[in-house]
Amino acid sequence: MSDLLLELFSEEIPARMQAQAAADLKKLVTDALVERGLLYEAATALATPRRLTLHVVGLPTSQPDQREEKKGPRVGAPEAALAGFLKSSGLASLDDARIDTDKKGGQFYVAVIEKKGAPTLDVLADILPAIIKNFPWPKAMRWGAGSSEPNPLRWVRPLHAIVATFGPETEEPDIVPFEVGGVKAGNVTYGHRFMAPGAIKVRRFDDYVTKLYDAKVVLDPARRRDIILHDCKDLAFAQGLELVEDEGLLHEVAGLVEWPVVLMGAFDASFLDIPAEVIRATIRANQKCFVLRDPATGGLANKFLLVSNVVATDGGKAIAAGNGRVVRARLSDALYFWKTDQAPLPDFADQGKPLDQRLAKLRALNIVFHAKLGTQGARIVRIIEAARELAPKVGADPAKAARAAELAKADLVTEVVGEFPETQGLMGRRYAELQGEDAEVAAAIEEHYKPQGPTDRIPNAPVSVAVALADKLDTLVGFWGIDEKPTGSKDPFALRRAALGVIRIILENGLRLRLINDAFLLPFIFANSDIAKAKVQPAFDHLAAAQGALGRADENLDQAWQQYSKRIQHPISREELLAKTDQLSDLLAFLADRLKVYLRDRGARHDLLDAVFALGEDDLVLIVRRIEALDAFLKTEDGASLLAGYKRAANILKAEEKKDGAGAFEAAPNASLLTDAEEKALFAAMETATAEADSALKAENFEAAMQALSTLRAPTDAFFDKVTVNAENPEIRKNRLSLLAQLRRAIHLVADFSKIGG
Amino acid sequence: MTQTPSAPSSALDPKKSFQGLILTLQKFWASQGAVVLQPYDMEVGAGTFHPATTLRSLGKKPWKACYVQPSRRPKDGRYGENPNRLQHYYQFQVILKPSPDNLQDLYLQSLAAIGVDSSLHDIRFVEDDWESPTLGAWGLGWECWCDGMEVSQFTYFQQVAGVECSPVSGELTFGLERLAMYVQGVENVYDLNFNGLEGADRISYGDVFLQAEQEYSRHNFEAADTKKLFGDFERAEAECKALLAFGDRGEGKHQMVLPAYDQCVKASHAFNLLDARGVISVTERQSYILRVRELAKACGAAWMKTDGAGFAASKE
Repeated sequence: MSDLLLELFSEEIPARMQAQAAADLKKLVTDALVERGLLYEAATALATPRRLTLHVVGLPTSQPDQREEKKGPRVGAPEAALAGFLKSSGLASLDDARIDTDKKGGQFYVAVIEKKGAPTLDVLADILPAIIKNFPWPKAMRWGAGSSEPNPLRWVRPLHAIVATFGPETEEPDIVPFEVGGVKAGNVTYGHRFMAPGAIKVRRFDDYVTKLYDAKVVLDPARRRDIILHDCKDLAFAQGLELVEDEGLLHEVAGLVEWPVVLMGAFDASFLDIPAEVIRATIRANQKCFVLRDPATGGLANKFLLVSNVVATDGGKAIAAGNGRVVRARLSDALYFWKTDQAPLPDFADQGKPLDQRLAKLRALNIVFHAKLGTQGARIVRIIEAARELAPKVGADPAKAARAAELAKADLVTEVVGEFPETQGLMGRRYAELQGEDAEVAAAIEEHYKPQGPTDRIPNAPVSVAVALADKLDTLVGFWGIDEKPTGSKDPFALRRAALGVIRIILENGLRLRLINDAFLLPFIFANSDIAKAKVQPAFDHLAAAQGALGRADENLDQAWQQYSKRIQHPISREELLAKTDQLSDLLAFLADRLKVYLRDRGARHDLLDAVFALGEDDLVLIVRRIEALDAFLKTEDGASLLAGYKRAANILKAEEKKDGAGAFEAAPNASLLTDAEEKALFAAMETATAEADSALKAENFEAAMQALSTLRAPTDAFFDKVTVNAENPEIRKNRLSLLAQLRRAIHLVADFSKIGG
Repeated sequence: MTQTPSAPSSALDPKKSFQGLILTLQKFWASQGAVVLQPYDMEVGAGTFHPATTLRSLGKKPWKACYVQPSRRPKDGRYGENPNRLQHYYQFQVILKPSPDNLQDLYLQSLAAIGVDSSLHDIRFVEDDWESPTLGAWGLGWECWCDGMEVSQFTYFQQVAGVECSPVSGELTFGLERLAMYVQGVENVYDLNFNGLEGADRISYGDVFLQAEQEYSRHNFEAADTKKLFGDFERAEAECKALLAFGDRGEGKHQMVLPAYDQCVKASHAFNLLDARGVISVTERQSYILRVRELAKACGAAWMKTDGAGFAASKE
């Protein structure tokens, strides 16, 4: 068994590409080996800023021999056929072929081709250049004089040396003989760029790792991360501070150094007036340094940790001082931005308070939100109106919700957010506080972006809830209106996140909203009279869809339409409306889908979700409560046996409907045609149970509704025991089937039991 | 008149004077065979816009040059109040075609020449894909950090003015003020020693440029006549196209690339000023960038038909 050591030594590889490149190298090489019959025991790929290294352990020294039998023509076949056989099988003459006899006694030639497996060294020399030439870098480049030649080698940055050795543990390994892009594979690598730049002759992985370590290169990125994290914590602890951990930054800096050395720098404490998030963003984004928390104050300390790549002769003093100078310069920039954002804006100084001036600028710039959805300015108008309308439904003050919505996007044109987009919302809140906005309004500016993901905190304050919902619903309804929906893994406008946000805000706050009437319609309300019909159109489309798709006459919907059509300048007729598309039901289905995912993650049974969703409910809180009640009910004996009775009734109906046609038994059963005691009892029980269930449902008491239905269990069981459904008398048969259809309808009051499994 | 008794050597010392830093870099790269050019006499945002880089990086002819380029970034004006940001600063530009295999080493040697000791300082190559949408250019390389400060840009040009670079050039851009602040150990750019002298003879960077920064910041943000600038843009664009048409000889050599390129650069600067004045909306911004890029690409295509790009040689 032999091992392969491969190192591709180049100029600095971007940190963010190293891990993927190592994984790609491992996969490409091992796949190619396996494809050629060379199985291996283990493989490891590692990366530093200047090298990609692959170690494949336990490879055979050659491919297995191959033996192939090739059936040829019959003995005595025409000359041409025999010649063709010799040619294709590579035999010198027919004497080298074997003669076999088939079942019928006919004789034919067989060529036995034995292929000796090639030495692994040769296979490697064959596959490695192609892998290097076609390596899947996200972005590759040409360089040097060779770049003008046809088909030049492309690599992430100029490739300088290749180590490729192959051999058993006990002997001097061979160099895999190949050359790519003018670089010849050998057994020489180089140490740390500054501390040990000399050439190093290596044999195999073990001595390679050791020699590199001696030459100030820690090959394993996980080890570099450990060193950095450990040293960061130690240095922080020594100063009585805490490291603000940052996994992404840790990975990045570990990809920037071959020999990590952590040092501490400082900046003037007066910079701590800048919001902590801005300090962190500045130091992280520009300097790739860690910030520290002062446990005494809970805020940031005026110290930071940097990771250098060298052991400096002065112990790192100059490096720490230099970094400190840059951090100070960056922070004075941030301070400048922070102060500028609070000062009057040239050209807009007469437009109210500082944040209002930014809002005026945002509107004046006509920044496009999306080509088909108009400008940010128009979007803000929609969100204001939606937030105002939603406010009373979520317990918020409409005026405050409208004000918060108005200012929610103003920070997009501030200097700080321009520099650090990740601080959007937060900066708006800070500036709002500084200009004396109401505390709820200020908080809503930050919180309206929440939740950013499945684990992010949801807003609870009513004003924040109103604006957060208005913002997300506007996005969802807008993109649905222009048919920009998520497909597969593509969701460029983060619509799934917005939908999940809506669901979580509603459910986790227990908000009683009807999605269609209360939520979806609102984004389309335009208070401004100058909005053209073309832009109003989608609102009507959705109204129409809501009506049509759900197939129910909803008084609220009519009212809503009446109300909104008065406010829109160019109303169209209701008929026109109803003739429009079904975008809204599609959006509702999308939300239902996200809700299913959300509930399934929390352990809900997917068939119960389907059973309740089939009812067309759009109040999420009720949907969830109904599912919970149903789950509990089905776990009781009454529930399980009612389900069994339901299934039996449904199966019979399904079979008979095939004969008589769908809907053949939907008419109410005729009491006078009931003959047997059991069917009379079931009929009577249904009247009581349905009335009780109905009133329980009106009171939103799902447990009681299901309890009421459970009284049907005994009469249903008795009915199936004693009564022949398919009676000879066709009228009685039909009446009994109508009775079962009524039972089905009664049970469907609480959920569509046909969707329930088991 | 006072005599200057102090040794003039500090006037040339890269660690003591701004001018000494420039002269040392010029000397270093001259010794590597680069022609030492003077600045391009147009307002540009970066040294890359000098035709010695944009146009000369196109075509097969080898080329090595270095020069200082005053660079104007109207938006970076801070009225002289920020210790590092300037709306006018100097870049030292090196362009080597084809890029030599030891370019990183040469770069580090040039840092050593101006006194950056790699055993004392942390020099790093941090990913920075360079792209100039207005020039129709891109390349891969790094920003070079010295103790966390970006002191240079290092780029392997892959495409310039819409033309594939063949062979690839290596471009080094040194931010001179930052580098000088670093080697002089100065916190504020205006405190840089310009001439390396002390006492009454000392001339600081602020003595030379502070007033200019204040005046130009006012100009860029408050006074620049946007109407005139929109007009400047339109005229330069039209002129560039007219000159390119004038010099076009079909399959023959192009006769008027450099004057046309001047107009392309003029249009680009007018756009930068308009952008600083905040009068260009996001959508308009994109269309202005595209218009400048079209000019740059037309100039690049025309350049490929000149001696400078080795056009005649390839036809012979």
